[in-house]
Parts: sequence; structure tokens; C-alpha cells
Amino acid sequence: MYRYLLRRLLMMIPLLIGITLISFTVIHLAPGEPTDMQTQMNPQASSDLQAKLHKQYGLDKPLHEQYLLWLGRLVRLDFGESFAQDNRPVLGKITERLPVTILLNVLSLVVIMAVALPLGVISAVRRNSFFDRASTVLVFVGFAMPSFWLALLMMDWLGVRLGVLPVSGLKSLGYEYMDLSGQLLDRAAHLVLPVFIAAIGGLAGFSRYMRSNMLDVIRQDYIMTARAKGLSERVVIYKHALRNALLPVITILGLSVPGLIGGSVIFETIFAIPGMGKLFYDGVMMRDYPLIMGVLVIGAVLTLVGNLLADVSYALADPRIRNSE
Amino acid sequence: MMRYLLLFLLLLTGCPANEPLTGLEPPADKEPAFGDTFLQGSIGDASTLLPILASDSSSSEINGLVYSGLVRYDGELKVVGELAESWEISADNLSITFHLRRGVKWHDGAPFTSADVLFTYQLYIDPDTPTAYAESYLQVENAEAPDAYTFRVSYAEPYAPALMSWGFSVLPKHLLDGKKITESELARHPVGTGPYRFVEWQGGEKIVLEANRDYFDGSPFIRRFVFRIIPDTSTQFLELQTGGLDFMSLSPLQYDRQTDTLAFKRLFNKYRYLAFGYTYLGYNLNRPMFQDRRVRQALTYAIDKQEIIDGVLLGYGQAATGPYKPDAWVYNPAVPDYAYNPQKARELLAEAGWADSDGDGILDKQGADFSFTIVTNQGNDLRSKAGEIIQRRFREIGIDVQLRIIEWATFLKEFINPGNFDATILGWTGGPEPDQFEIWHSSKTGPRQLNFIGYKNPEVDMLLEKGRRIFDQQERKKIYDRFQQILAEDQPYTFLFVGEALPAVASRFHGIEPTAAGIRYNFNEWYVPAGQQKFSR
Repeated sequence: MYRYLLRRLLMMIPLLIGITLISFTVIHLAPGEPTDMQTQMNPQASSDLQAKLHKQYGLDKPLHEQYLLWLGRLVRLDFGESFAQDNRPVLGKITERLPVTILLNVLSLVVIMAVALPLGVISAVRRNSFFDRASTVLVFVGFAMPSFWLALLMMDWLGVRLGVLPVSGLKSLGYEYMDLSGQLLDRAAHLVLPVFIAAIGGLAGFSRYMRSNMLDVIRQDYIMTARAKGLSERVVIYKHALRNALLPVITILGLSVPGLIGGSVIFETIFAIPGMGKLFYDGVMMRDYPLIMGVLVIGAVLTLVGNLLADVSYALADPRIRNSE
Repeated sequence: MMRYLLLFLLLLTGCPANEPLTGLEPPADKEPAFGDTFLQGSIGDASTLLPILASDSSSSEINGLVYSGLVRYDGELKVVGELAESWEISADNLSITFHLRRGVKWHDGAPFTSADVLFTYQLYIDPDTPTAYAESYLQVENAEAPDAYTFRVSYAEPYAPALMSWGFSVLPKHLLDGKKITESELARHPVGTGPYRFVEWQGGEKIVLEANRDYFDGSPFIRRFVFRIIPDTSTQFLELQTGGLDFMSLSPLQYDRQTDTLAFKRLFNKYRYLAFGYTYLGYNLNRPMFQDRRVRQALTYAIDKQEIIDGVLLGYGQAATGPYKPDAWVYNPAVPDYAYNPQKARELLAEAGWADSDGDGILDKQGADFSFTIVTNQGNDLRSKAGEIIQRRFREIGIDVQLRIIEWATFLKEFINPGNFDATILGWTGGPEPDQFEIWHSSKTGPRQLNFIGYKNPEVDMLLEKGRRIFDQQERKKIYDRFQQILAEDQPYTFLFVGEALPAVASRFHGIEPTAAGIRYNFNEWYVPAGQQKFSR
């Protein structure tokens, strides 16, 4: 087991370098330059500003040299400084936005799991019942609905007309003057709509997935055995069937790990949430290479780690895999 | 599990997050009073609060409140003193002597002197400073600070934009001297001499400023200024309605159709004034088809500008006839306005040799169809919609037009910089200063320069060179009147429209007086009467 782990970890290094090399090349292939935003279409910009900025950012060096320099700094965990006008360290910009993004994603994942798993199980157990059909229609409506539209409607209804929830942002204005419980409630109130909107589109996938897993398992011989030896239906479903049906879900959860740091631009824009999606989008639009690379590297690392975690936890959960080394 | 979740949601939704708006106004209470908070919405975060490095509008907005210049524009767009108490321009127009105010203090308590001004100037012209604004200061021949409250600059040639160029934000020497400007902490924690001092900046969320009670021109009335970053304008509008914002720039649609309710009118005042800037259709003059002036005139005749203004801006704008907005002092009302006239357009095109000889409905000349592509950048609805309207009008006079919308960085790199376009819809944002040297002078047609359409007219060159050397407004206007006349005849652009700024401000704010400069020029004098103040701290 440990040797397996070590081998997997070592394998990640060349993979990561390959990923960064490809990403680096691809973003430099995109037309446009980081300096365009400041120097172009600006009547006051003098002509040598472009050259000054090029030198400041090291863009005057050949591409392979830029890559090696960047890689050299990365090894020391230095993501460099953003090319945006603020010139802040990329790591600082990312860590500033990471907590809220992760919080939102984790919360919505929890909501999705909490709703979708029971929904899937019940749909499978009562296959083709009214509940099954109705929930199928509902989750697909949720899936198909444009989230920005739903978000605006909910904001208008709950925020403006009823006035029960804040419209946007993460905190109220007087946040600093509230006591601790007030602050917690304020935070929570601001999270309700974003989490709800983020979760609603994800219900369909998970609940359908759970349903089909469950159906597969119910047809298995061991379930028939369990029923044959006279176990109650409750024990058959929730003890024997559910556990086995949950196994593949673990894999999916592992694969969702990189998704936890990704945000949606549209969603963050609508709710005025300073998250990763907007940061990355703005970075791409102004060709902020260090920032783009920073986000991509963190995403790549998390994807690789997520895969590893999925495999390991799969092994832990399933004795057949654990013992078949 | 489900049950707990529902309970959790119910608990959350049960708590009111916003205080209901009262909006009740005690009648007699109109006296200026100190206090309250002004919540402004912005679609973008600031990038850096060092004005020398910033070139985005959000940063400028904050910097304008935190820092001050030697001079500024007042409500009538006249130059008045700010940090400078008075100034003298020498008889030969070659040097300016500023007499600075005494007793002005930086927000950290250090005294402000002419050394700060000299230092800021030197920073601008330092080749290591990546600033977009060096151009005006490179014209300076000599700058000196003979004593702590005098600052003198001289120029090799008279330079009319000189005086207003000293409206630049003066930076604190004692905090920046000897440090690399790009690594300064002031970019996140500015220290200025302006009416507001910096309190905090939560990235992507808000920037908070507080009134500088020691401001040399008298403390502003509004205690706090909060700049909330809300990237979506629909969300801003919802926030405005719940009292989460006191100020936003409305879109024409919001201004016209969504703010007509009694509740909105009671809580907000709407303003409208012409914005500095215009949208144009620029022709690449290196393309043979656009080299004949009659063709460009014909294209302008074929466009119904009012139709575009009505369709795209819902009427909130005016037709542009040149690079200046109609209420500017420099505007020349006598230039031909090319009112919509498709017949005239057809005649001019026929004169220029364009005729539909093969009967396919498209004009042609020497076997080539009159067909071209208009490019514009993605993300600007006004431009793409205007493009669609123009496309249809051109089709009616037998010109085939394609419209391409391209992401900004790609648009510059692949189309504008290499001159690889036929025509483009873009806009210029200007200011009260009429100098247009960078955009129209024939020396500015090089790669990455602003005369990218390749306009060359010797008389215009001469006028532009002369115009920036004359200080007297009357004399200057003659030059620029002629300049506008030639542009109107040449039609290197079809000047389309000047849009209106459409701000909404919460009605508890008093003292707002709209002028040609807009409404924000006297922000320090805005106030909320004591009885109407909404925030106590």
C-alpha cells in the first residue's frame, strides 16, 4: 500500500511539469499581451511605456527562458507577481479569494449530497412511482434552468420584494459593529441564495447517478439472498444495498476536489462574490500570465491529489481492492 | 437529514438582513450637517491606489477623493486652484509659477510642501516608472521649487494643456522617496491630502474612505464613502432598491423603463448629462475603397444617427458631428451634420464611380463589389447594436457589410495594431481639454499609435500643432473650429453619438447641482440633513 502511494506521488511530478508546459505554451499562443490594457487606446500613454512594462515583466526574454524562470520560482513555491496594475503576489491574490470559493463549493456540495442521495435512493426503491417521475422532472428543470436568471428572480423576490434576504455580497455594511451571533447570522443569510442556486443545478447529476447505482445493486444476487433469509426491507435497502451503491459516489467526490477551488464567473458576478471564477476570468481577459498559471497549477495539483484520494479511499472502503495488491 | 436541512434554511430565511427603508422626510429639515455614509456601486474593483500607476476608472475615482492636485476643474470646467492658492503664467506663456497653500497636511500629519510637487514630477518623468501619463511632463524643460511654497515650471515652447496637467495627484515624498514605486505599499494604503482618507480595502468587495476633517478646503459633510464592487448592473439595480447602494450609473433601459415607479422617485433622484466621449465608425484609410472622400461622406449620409440613438440609447444621447461634445466651449455648431439622406449617399457613390453593373444589388467598381467588414470589441452592447443598424442601412444603398465582434486583446493584436481591418466601431473618452494631437496628427499613425486609421491632412497637422501652443480660449477656439470643419468635410470617421451619463442618487443627499461637468465635481458639498441621516457611524 505504501509503495503504491509513493509510486503514485512520484508519478505526479512529471505529470505536473507536463501540464504546466502545455498550459504555458497555450496561454502564450493566445493573441494579445498583458501590457495592452494599459498602453493601448490611451491618449496619454507614451510610446515607450510598452517597452518599460515588457522589461518590468520579463516579457522581453525568449519564451523558453520565461518558462524556465517561472518553473524555477515555482519550485520554491513562488508564483510570482501579477501583471495587473496592482503587481501583487499571485499567491496572495489567490489565497484572498480561495476561502470564500471553497466555502461556497463545500456548502453547495453538502446540500447536493444531502438532497440528491436520498432522492436517488427513494427513486430507485420506488421505481416508476409518482415520486420517481416527479423528482426526475424537478431535478432536470433545475439542471436546465439558467442559473443567472433564477438567481436574479430570487434576488428580486426574496431580496427586494420580501426583503428577507440580502441581495448580494458576503457581509452587510454594519458587519464590523455586530456581535458574534449577529455576524454569523449575517454571513449565513448572505450564503443562502448563492448556495441554493449553486446546488440546484447539481442535483440532477448526483440523484440520477445514485438512482442508477441503487437499481444496479438491488438486482444483485446478494440482495436476493438478504431478502431470502427474511431480513426486513429496511435492513436490505439501507444496510446491504446502500453501502454498495455508495462506493462509486466516493470516486465522484474525489474527482470533485479540484472543482472546489473553481468558481463560476456568471454566478460570482451576479452575487458580487469575490471568488476564484472572476479572478481567473479577469486574469485571462487581461492576459495576466502569472495569475493564470498560478490558478492552473493549483487546479492541476488538486486534480491529481483528488484522483489519488479517490483511489485510496476506494481501497479503504472496499476490502476486495485493498487486499488485491 | 432532509428535515434538519429544511429547518436550517428556515432559520436562515427568518432573519431580516436589511433595515426597511423609511424614506419619510421631515419637511423643514434641510440644513447641511456632517454625517451619514455614501454607498457607491462600481462594476470593477480598483487596481492600484497610486494614481501615477493607475489607468482604470475605478482607481481614478478613489484616487480623486484621496489625493489632490495643484489645480482642478470646477463645475463650469474652469481651472481653479486646489493645492495651489494662485499661479502666474509668464507673458511669453513659457513658464508657470504656482503659489502653494500653507498649512496643508498629509493624512499622516506630515506637512505638504513644494518638495512633494517636485518629487511627484520627477517620478512621472523617471524612465523606470511605468506610468501612462508621462507625456505632458516630458514637455517640461525645467522644474524647480525655489522655496517651500513655490513651484515653477518652464517649457521650451508654449504648451496649452500645461496648466491643467498640474491637476495630477501630488504624491507624498516622505513616504515614497528612495523606494521603488512599483513596490510601494501606498498602492494598497494611500496617503494623500484630499477630502477623504483611506480606511480599508477588501479586495473585490469594497473600499472604505472616511472624511478628512482637516481638509484644507473645509471638511466634506458626508462622513463615510463606501465603494462597493458589484460587477453586474442588474444586481446593482436590485441593491439600489433595497438601500444597499446610494449611487449607481443607470443603463438607458433602467433609466427609462424601470425607475418610473413612485417608490423609486421618492427615494432617488435621477440626473442626465452628456458624457465626455463619443462613439464612431472609423474607416481604415489605407484601404483603397475608403480613400475617396466622397465615399466616406456617402457612408455618413447613409447612416441615420438619430435612429441609432433611439434604438441603442433609447434617446439618451445626441448625434456627434466631431470629436467634441455639443455642450463644450470648443464645439463648432456650424459644421455640416450629414442628416440622413440615402439619395444623396447614392449620388455621391455614383460620382465616385460605384454602380451596380452586374445587377446583384451590390455596388461594384472595376469588377469588385463594395463589400467590407466592420469589427468591434466584445462586451460593448452599444457598439454591436449600432453595428447591426448600420449594416442594414448600408445594405439599402447597395453596400454589403459584415459585422465581426472580437474579444478585446485579440481585437487589438490581430486587427487594430497591424491595421488589418476595413472599418471599426469604437469610442473615445475625452475631457475638457481640446488637444487631439495623439488621435489625428499624421505623426501618430505608427504601429500601436492612436491614429490607427491612417488619417493624414497637412492642414489638420498644422492646426493641431498650433492649437496646443495657444493659451487664449478665444484664439484657440478659432483653430479648433477650423479643425472640426475639416474633419467634418473629410469624414475619416462617421461620428455617431455622444451618450449621456444617467446617475441615480438617493434623494436624502442634498446640494447636488448638475452642470456641464456632471454632478460629482462638488461632492464635498453634498450633505444629508441631520434628520434624514441613515447611518449613525
